Amino acid sequence: MSQSLRPYLQCVRSSLTAALAISNFASQISERHNVPEIESGASPELILNPLTVSRNDSESVLIEPSVNSVRVSIRIKQADEIEHILVHKLARFLTQRAESFFILRRKPVKGYDISFLITNFHTSSMYKNQLVEFVISFMEDVDKEISEMKLFLNARARFVAESFLTPFD
Amino acid sequence: MATPQAHHLFHAPIADHSFSADRRTVAVARDNNVELYQSSGSKFTLSDELKGHEKTVTSVDIAPGSGRIVTCSQDRNAYVWEKTPTGWKPTLVLLRINRAATFVRWSPSEQKFAVGSGARVIAVCYFEEENDWWISKHLKKPIRSTITTLAWHPNSVLLAAGSTDSHARVFSSFIKGTDARPEPSAWGERLPFNTICGEFLNDSAGWIQGVSFSPSGDALAFTGHDSSVTVVYPSAPEQPPRAMLNISTRLLPLNSLIWNGENEIIAAGHDCEPYRFQGDENGWRLTGSLESKAGAGAGAAREESALNMFRQMDLKGQTTVNTKLKTTHQNTINTIRPYEEANGQVKSFSTSGVDGRVVIWTL
Repeated sequence: MSQSLRPYLQCVRSSLTAALAISNFASQISERHNVPEIESGASPELILNPLTVSRNDSESVLIEPSVNSVRVSIRIKQADEIEHILVHKLARFLTQRAESFFILRRKPVKGYDISFLITNFHTSSMYKNQLVEFVISFMEDVDKEISEMKLFLNARARFVAESFLTPFD
Repeated sequence: MATPQAHHLFHAPIADHSFSADRRTVAVARDNNVELYQSSGSKFTLSDELKGHEKTVTSVDIAPGSGRIVTCSQDRNAYVWEKTPTGWKPTLVLLRINRAATFVRWSPSEQKFAVGSGARVIAVCYFEEENDWWISKHLKKPIRSTITTLAWHPNSVLLAAGSTDSHARVFSSFIKGTDARPEPSAWGERLPFNTICGEFLNDSAGWIQGVSFSPSGDALAFTGHDSSVTVVYPSAPEQPPRAMLNISTRLLPLNSLIWNGENEIIAAGHDCEPYRFQGDENGWRLTGSLESKAGAGAGAAREESALNMFRQMDLKGQTTVNTKLKTTHQNTINTIRPYEEANGQVKSFSTSGVDGRVVIWTL
């Protein structure tokens, strides 16, 4: 793990642990409803100040806490065009399978690549520290995954180019 | 301090729990129902279910004297349950609220109870003999958001309420015909219905999660979402308080608190363990946790099968996953209540939380 990644992840971990102090809270706007307040945004007093943790200008995490839900959005590092495409494809792959991820949001928040929505129902059915751990390990793994895919893509491009040019020599 | 007595009832959040006066029955709110557990030996077994609510039950309270149970739920209703030879019989309370009911407590006199709600009102309910039903009067002003918690003063007239608008307030809930005229105190002398005897803002404007009057009723403590506990000592009616002390901590927010005598507060919340605060008018401080973490807590006996090990290696690339917390509760504590007390001194108290456990702690 690189020098700057550790404090970054540590900061996200402690901010997320504090933000996940959420409880069951029925809507005070619509009758007999119980909605994530961060998504409805109808009662400003139930939403806390959003918090951004950034490692550099291309990598950051946005944590938006509210009384019964927390939205976590991640911006993944994209150094060049290829990485941009890869991140886009990976995020699309994941969001299409959002049901099996439980906390994954179908659409990322504007300016971010992937968003999680954690409600009080998630924290009551899953261990809170494991939820935080999941987000942290996702952040750790996704960088690794993207650079691996990029290497693989380059290797494959080289191979394709070679086999395409074989008939000509 | 003796080891806490943990009862793992089920795998679902317990919104609230309440013990009967003889401490043999505990009522817990589970999803849309309230379940009654009877103690048999060292265990609690399910004896009865109170069904009737259509949405999550948010609060339950057993009146120690009459044994009546009051429940309220996010379906906007409250029921008073009375034991009859054929089972528990519910009576609907005319709350007249149009949002979720969030919190309910019997007054010490057991003549009234108060229901907090998301409709920005507190319904103070009392029994009307002529019509044979429970009716309510509303405390409305100046509440601006959902009521999260309530606490009764020992005189059964003053009512403290905490709300998500960051204020803890003390109201008068005097109802003619039901209440005897209360003795004048530092909170107020004349107390008609809906008198505001105190209004206190949390230091960093965090939501109020728990309120409680001291045993004498001359001090009020409340916890906020900024992980602080505030203790207020009123001076005289219409005057600013004599002292208002804020104890900020580095813990996660505390959800609920009780007094033990006049100089000690026990509070618990998102850190999954109870904490003790001590002090008086000159200053309060956090003295530490009530949990001894030397023993690995309730999660010590963990099954370690070969299958489990290989499954972990396959899924996560590591042999053991550290999911168990070192605390007795494995998730947020929602409610803390005195279990055994005499003259305001708590000998033992009970907590319940999101992990489906009810734990009895001896001090």
